[in-house]
Amino acid sequence: MSEQAPIEREEFNITVYTENHIGLLNRIAMIFSRRKINIDSLNTSPSEIEGIHRFNIVINETEEVVSKIARQIEKQVEVLKVYYNTNEDVIWQEMALYKVPTDVIAEKAKVERLLRENGARVVVIRKDYTVFETTGHREETDNLIKVLQPFGLIEFVRSARIAIIKGSEGFNRKLREFERAEPGQEVIENEFLNSREKVFTM
Amino acid sequence: MLTQEKQVPALPETDTLLSGGQALLHALVVEGVDTIFGYPGGAIMPIYDALYDFEGDLKHVLVRHEQGGIHAGQGYARSSGKVGVVFATSGPGATNLVTGLADAQIDSTPLVCITGQVFAHLLGTDAFQEADVIGITTPVTKWNYQITDATEIPEVIAKAFHIARTGRPGPVLIDITKNAQLQKFSFQGYTPCNHIRSYRPKPIVRKEYIEQAAELINSAQKPFVLWGQGVMLGSAEQEFKAFIEKTGIPAAWTIMGAGALPSDHPQNVGMLGMHGNYGPNVMTNECDVLIAIGMRFDDRVTGRLDKYAKQAKIIHLDIDPAEIDKNVKTTVPVWGDCKETLPLLTQLVEAKQHTAWLEQFREFEQKEIDAVIREELFPSSGEMTMGEAIQQLNELTKGEAIIVTDVGQHQMVACRYAKLNHTRSNITSGGLGTMGFALPAAIGAKFGALDRTVVAVIGDGGIQMTIQELGTIMQSGIDVKIMILNNQFLGMVRQWQELFHERRYSFVDITSPDYVQVAKGYGIAGRSINQREDLTSALQEMLSHPGSFLLEVMVTKENNVFPMVPQGCSVSEIRLK
Ligand SMILES: Cc1ncc(C[n+]2csc(CCOP(=O)(O)OP(=O)(O)O)c2C)c(N)n1
Repeated sequence: MSEQAPIEREEFNITVYTENHIGLLNRIAMIFSRRKINIDSLNTSPSEIEGIHRFNIVINETEEVVSKIARQIEKQVEVLKVYYNTNEDVIWQEMALYKVPTDVIAEKAKVERLLRENGARVVVIRKDYTVFETTGHREETDNLIKVLQPFGLIEFVRSARIAIIKGSEGFNRKLREFERAEPGQEVIENEFLNSREKVFTM
Repeated sequence: MLTQEKQVPALPETDTLLSGGQALLHALVVEGVDTIFGYPGGAIMPIYDALYDFEGDLKHVLVRHEQGGIHAGQGYARSSGKVGVVFATSGPGATNLVTGLADAQIDSTPLVCITGQVFAHLLGTDAFQEADVIGITTPVTKWNYQITDATEIPEVIAKAFHIARTGRPGPVLIDITKNAQLQKFSFQGYTPCNHIRSYRPKPIVRKEYIEQAAELINSAQKPFVLWGQGVMLGSAEQEFKAFIEKTGIPAAWTIMGAGALPSDHPQNVGMLGMHGNYGPNVMTNECDVLIAIGMRFDDRVTGRLDKYAKQAKIIHLDIDPAEIDKNVKTTVPVWGDCKETLPLLTQLVEAKQHTAWLEQFREFEQKEIDAVIREELFPSSGEMTMGEAIQQLNELTKGEAIIVTDVGQHQMVACRYAKLNHTRSNITSGGLGTMGFALPAAIGAKFGALDRTVVAVIGDGGIQMTIQELGTIMQSGIDVKIMILNNQFLGMVRQWQELFHERRYSFVDITSPDYVQVAKGYGIAGRSINQREDLTSALQEMLSHPGSFLLEVMVTKENNVFPMVPQGCSVSEIRLK
């Protein structure tokens, strides 16, 4: 065999704008599972536009694979648009919740300081437990687990990642164009047509 | 007889009360559907009940198995260019469609399949004959949808047809719960769909890529065209021919593309791929510009990708952006419907004749004739070959017939050697390679092209997979010529075992019933031959017989299909023996 370049995988954030349609999550998930690609994180929620959902999917792959996957996703009838970006191209956050015994927190002032240092916010205080919340990158939210573990952390949960694309103008304007062009006309997307390297879509 | 009087309903006024079943059938009539292939059952009975009144508008062909129904729908779609329509009941009826859906999906065949489903309130309860049809069919459909309320029917059916037939066509499945079929609602009319917000069937044609492609073509010394089914799916046969003839470029086809340019066109240099012709495979690795038109670089065409056309600049014309760069990295991607892109390209290219280059293909062809073809098509002694049966068929049909093939050696032989004068004349399971495809697909193909002769070429293995469809032929009275090439083996598997598994013939020995007797049982005429001198007369008898006819040709047992690009080899390593 000839020498092969090392495979360069990195985290990619795939942003998918879709119609709100039953079964679409399944269709999109299948595109990954069929190729044996693990989804590291998946968030789906309504977008700023009524009736349009936004998926944030994180996978660890090479750009070549990601671009092909993105085209396959965009091929689905209910998918309006797909973007993919490296971590550098997006602003991203995950949210974490931590449940700790209230008495420990109340007794040990040190814990309170640690929480403050980590930017945690109280969500709920009950007699038996208190829930804190932080948002941030993985390392940041992980840090607080380490801090709270010795103080009897009861439960921890972290959300999927959400990401906002730094460079784009967002999809809002583009969607309005889509809608203005209705019915039956193709939307001209010249600015993207001319930057094939950055945006894979037509 | 005690049948009730049937009335053929005229299109309903808006604001009349219709059942979901009636609304569905009206939708089909407006969509121009004339033939439905199907099989009833409990969960689709309201639709069949409504169908009872539609005899004048909608012909229903009762198949013998839902797999037969969907392959017939595929054959119909492929020969007619229209959308094939299939009905099946819930549960086992629907799951029997899966093979055909997968086949239609990979071969881009437009279908609308309607399945009945249990009452909505029973969904998810493991009710009698309930299956998660949407879940099961998601990976093998272009789109699917479950209707639980009759008022959704007009809009969803309109979307289904639009999605099935536009862009890169494909199968759509609509699952309708029984309550929705029965439910009466105020019908507000049926409007075909021509736009879905999130669906872009065709990418926008980009002038600069057309210009770049033309420039590459104009400067090429050894340009080579590969075409696939996309030419036919786009109804771009004329545009394709104009392009080919102006540029003078030699062109080769994938089996899905066969027939888009007549077999004897001087620039048609043959078939690509694993069992394709020698010249086009070797020359793929010699050309300087490769122009792929409506084909998807399937692995059966490319062989090893890392040794595929590495020297060439590649222009890829495709309607599906996801195909571009998927397998082979392009130099110039020409996104779009080739019906639109080809004329733009033809305008910009210089008129040329690549005589010397074309001559090289002829030299390879001669080499192949000497090594393989002459002996296959014109053997003077020994047992009959599959090739000579096809050759004789060509002589008699003069390339005017529709040839439907099953899967195996006979498929490769038929596709290689069949003479096709017209487009939509080669119907085969290309992407999925589904045995059992040909007999039902031939039935459908005939319904889709009633004025043409349809010949199904099938192996002794494949015929036994869907042989029950002889019953459909019997009942519908359709005229299909069935030619079984019987080598008493699962031939293609045996060939691989011979070549790659030291002749360890593991379970490829298959015995057959007396096919002529079987046909007779279904009221179909037949004949079996094993002597060369009977071949012409038997074929003549088959072709001139009024109605269906089954002809069994006993061919030599251990013949191999050559040339062949062995698995894992480059196309230029194609073997002549
Ligand atoms: C449904 C299905 N099962 C198995 C196969 C694998 N297969 C490919 S070719 C072949 C042998 C076909 O034998 P036959 O129909 O007799 O045709 P021949 O190759 O002899 O012409 C088999 C089993 C297939 N393609 N489809």
